[in-house]
Amino acid sequence: MINRNKLFSLGITAAAISLTLIGCKPKGLESVTTSGAAEKVYVAPGKHDEFYNFVSGGFNGQVSVYGIPSGRLLRIIPVFSVFPESGYGYSEQSKAMLNTSHGFVPWDDQHHIALSVTNGEHDGRWVFGNANNTPRLARIDLKTFRTTEIIELPNSAGNHSSPFITENSEYVVAGTRFSVPIGDNRDVPISSYKKNFKGTVSFVSVEPTSGKMKIAFQIETPGVNFDLARAGKGPSHGWFFFSCYNTEQAYTLLEVNASQRDKDFIMAVNWKKAEEYVKAGKGKKVKNVKYAHNFIDEKTDAATSEILNEVLMLDPTELKDMVYFIPCPKSPHGCDTDPSGEYIVGSGKLAALIPVFSFTKIQNAIANKEFEGDFGGIPVIKYESALYGEVKKPGLGPLHTEFDANGNAYTSFFVSSEVVKWNVKSLQVLDRVPTYYSVGHLSVPGGPTKKPHGKYLIAYNKITKDRYLPTGPELAQSAQLYDISGDKMQLLLDFPTVGEPHYAEAIPATLVEPNSTKFYKLEENKSPFVSLGEGKTKVERKGNRVDVYMTAIRSHLTPDNIEGVRLGDDVYFHITNLEQDWDIPHGFAVKGAANAELLIMPGETQTLYWKPTEVGIYPFYCTDFCSALHQEMQGYIRISPAGSNLPLTFSTGKIVEEKESGK
Amino acid sequence: MKKILLPIAVAAISLFSCAPDKSKVVEELPTHQDAKESGPEANQADVTKGIGAIKEVKLTHPLDQERVTRGTAIYEMKCQACHKLDDQRLVGPGWKDVTKRRQPEWIMNMILNVDVMLDKDEEAQKLLELCLTRMPNQNVSIGDARDILEFMRKNDGEK
Repeated sequence: MINRNKLFSLGITAAAISLTLIGCKPKGLESVTTSGAAEKVYVAPGKHDEFYNFVSGGFNGQVSVYGIPSGRLLRIIPVFSVFPESGYGYSEQSKAMLNTSHGFVPWDDQHHIALSVTNGEHDGRWVFGNANNTPRLARIDLKTFRTTEIIELPNSAGNHSSPFITENSEYVVAGTRFSVPIGDNRDVPISSYKKNFKGTVSFVSVEPTSGKMKIAFQIETPGVNFDLARAGKGPSHGWFFFSCYNTEQAYTLLEVNASQRDKDFIMAVNWKKAEEYVKAGKGKKVKNVKYAHNFIDEKTDAATSEILNEVLMLDPTELKDMVYFIPCPKSPHGCDTDPSGEYIVGSGKLAALIPVFSFTKIQNAIANKEFEGDFGGIPVIKYESALYGEVKKPGLGPLHTEFDANGNAYTSFFVSSEVVKWNVKSLQVLDRVPTYYSVGHLSVPGGPTKKPHGKYLIAYNKITKDRYLPTGPELAQSAQLYDISGDKMQLLLDFPTVGEPHYAEAIPATLVEPNSTKFYKLEENKSPFVSLGEGKTKVERKGNRVDVYMTAIRSHLTPDNIEGVRLGDDVYFHITNLEQDWDIPHGFAVKGAANAELLIMPGETQTLYWKPTEVGIYPFYCTDFCSALHQEMQGYIRISPAGSNLPLTFSTGKIVEEKESGK
Repeated sequence: MKKILLPIAVAAISLFSCAPDKSKVVEELPTHQDAKESGPEANQADVTKGIGAIKEVKLTHPLDQERVTRGTAIYEMKCQACHKLDDQRLVGPGWKDVTKRRQPEWIMNMILNVDVMLDKDEEAQKLLELCLTRMPNQNVSIGDARDILEFMRKNDGEK
C-alpha cells in the first residue's frame, strides 16, 4: 500500500490529468499536501478558530458547527431530527418544534444552509436550513445556537431548492424538487404529470428584527424539478435565479428520461415585480392547504405550533414580466451569482462546459424580446442572448461554484473528483486540485456574499473509501480544507464529518463569538413551570396528572424524595437549573422513561414526561457531570399501586427515622 | 502554610472522587473577564476586605428596607439552595452571624468575584477545605450583592 502510494505520488500531475480524462476517482494520492500544511491548520490548545463553519448534516437532519482551519467539531445543532442527547424533540418544551401537517415528524434530510445577510454581507444573526423530505424551513438563532423556528411549506414536495437568501434577508426561498398535483384534485394518475403536476417556489419573508418567517407568496410553475437557486445582488438585487431539470416532465426512470434534452433551464424571477403584484392584490388566496408554523413562544420559552390554512399564489402565465426561463446545458444543478451580481454561473451536472450568464444581457434580451418561444406559457430567453461566455472543458460533472474576492470562481466536479479554479471575466481555467472523493458542495468563507473573505476553500465529499481507518461498511463522509490565498490551491487537511456534509457556509468568528449567550438569566425565565428558588419547588396533583417543580444546583435536586405518586399517573418533571454560571448544565433522567434525558442550561426550565409502569422506588439523577459531588446528585420517587391513599409528599434533606417511611 | 495545604486538598479530592471531574474544575478557574472585573491587585492592603472590585461599603442605619426586600428575593432564587439562614452548613455555611464574622467588602467580593476569592483569599480557601464544593458564580450585579448584604444584616438581627 505504502509503496504503491509512493509510486503514484511520483507523477501526481500526470495522474490527475489522466484520471480526469477517464473520469475515475483519483486513488492513493494522500501525499499531495506540501510542507507547512500542518502549521496552517494547527490551532493551539485553548486558542480559537478563525471561522465558524455551519455544515448541513444531510440525512442526520441537523446542522453541525466546525472550527476552521482546525476542522474541529464544536457542536451539533438539532434542527429537523430528534436529539436524545439534549432532549430535543423529547422535552415538552421542544416537541412542538417538530410538528407538521402530518403530525410529529422525528427525522428529516437537511441539505442546505443560508446565513443571514445585510447589504449582501454576513451579519451573524441567523442560520436558515431546509428540510428536504417533509418540506420545511428552519431558523437557528446564532446567540444561542438553537433552532427557534420552523415553518412548513405547502404545495411543495421535496424542498431541495432551499434555503437561499436575498441581499438584506428580505426573503428565504424554497423551490420544490418534485412537482406534484396541487389544488383541489390531487387524486390523479401519475401519468398525467404534464397536465396536472405543478412546481412552486415559495418566498418566505423574514421579519427584520425578530427574524420571524411567513410565507409571503408562492409562484406556480410548470411541472419540473427545481434544484438550487441564488438571489441576485448589487445590480441584480430584486431577481432570483433557480436551476431546474426534468424539463422533459418525466415521471419514471428519471435517470434516463429526464436526461434527454440538451438544455434545461435557469428560471429568473423578478421578485420586486412579484411584490408589486402582491401589493396590487393580484395574488390568488389558496385555502385548501395545511401547514405548520412552530416557534419559541416568548411568553413560555417553549415551542408552540400553529396550523395555517392559507397561502397567496401568483400565476406567471397571467402575471407577465415576472418569470423567464433561460436555457442551460444540461440538467443544471448549481446556479450561483458572483459577488458583483452581474454573472450567473449555471452548472449542468451532465455538461462538459460551464455557461456564465450576464445579468445585463438578460435584461437587454427581455427588453428586446429575444425569446425562442415559451415553456408552459413562460417566455424562454435565447441562450446566446443571455450568455456571457462558456468555460470550455473545465472537467466532468460541474456541480457548484463559490467565489473569492479577486474575481475567481471555484467549481466542484463530482465525476472527475476535483475543484477547478477559473477567472469569471476571462473564463480561463487557472488551477485544478483533486478531492477525495466525489465532491459535492464547496464553501469559501463569505463565498456567496458580496464580499467573500476568501483564504480557505472547503470541499464536502460524498465518499471517503480508504481515507480513514475503516469502520465496517459504513464510513464517515468528509470535508477537505484548501488554502486558496495563493495562485495555486493547496490541500491542508482532511476531516471526517457527521451525517452527510451537504452545503455549508463559513463566517468569521468575530461576527458570531461576541454575541454567544453564556447562560439564561433566571430573572428572565418566563416558563410557567419555573421554580425561582428552592423555596418555590412543589409537587401538585390534578387528577392523574402530577407536576413536579424541581430545581437543580451543584450538587442536589430539590425535592429529592417524592412519595404519593400512583401507577396510572402522568408525571411531568419541570426542572429549573438554578446555576447562573457559564457551562454548568445539569441533566435529568428517571429510570424507565420512554423518551430521553433532559439537558438543562443554566437558568432554564425543561420538562420531561414520564409514565411509570410498575410499582416501586425509581431513582432519578443528574446526567451531566457537574461537580465533585455529581454522583451524589440524585433522588427517589415512590410509585404506589393505583388507588393508593398515600398522601403526596416531597422533601429534600429531611430525615425521617421510620422503619418504613410513609406509613 | 495554607498555600501548601490547598494543593494537597485538591489532590485528595481528585483521588477520592469516583471519576475525573470532567474539565469543570479547570473551567471554574478565573476567566479573563473575571480578572478584569476584579481589577489589578485589588485590595492587597487589607486582607479582611477580600479580593475584588468592592473596596469600601458604607453601611446605612437603619437598614434600607427596599434593599432587604430585593435581597430576600435574590436569596430565595439564587442562594437558598446551598445556604441556610441559621448556623447549619448545607452545601455552603449557614448565614447566621456572617455579617459579624466578615467585613461587608469581603462578603460582596465573595459573591461577585468568587473564583478569584477561592483561588487567592485565605479565608475563602479555608471554607473550600471545609465544604469541598466550590461556590458557584451566580452572576449577580454589584447592586444585587449589596441587596443580599442588607438581607444578611437583617438576618443577623440588625434593624
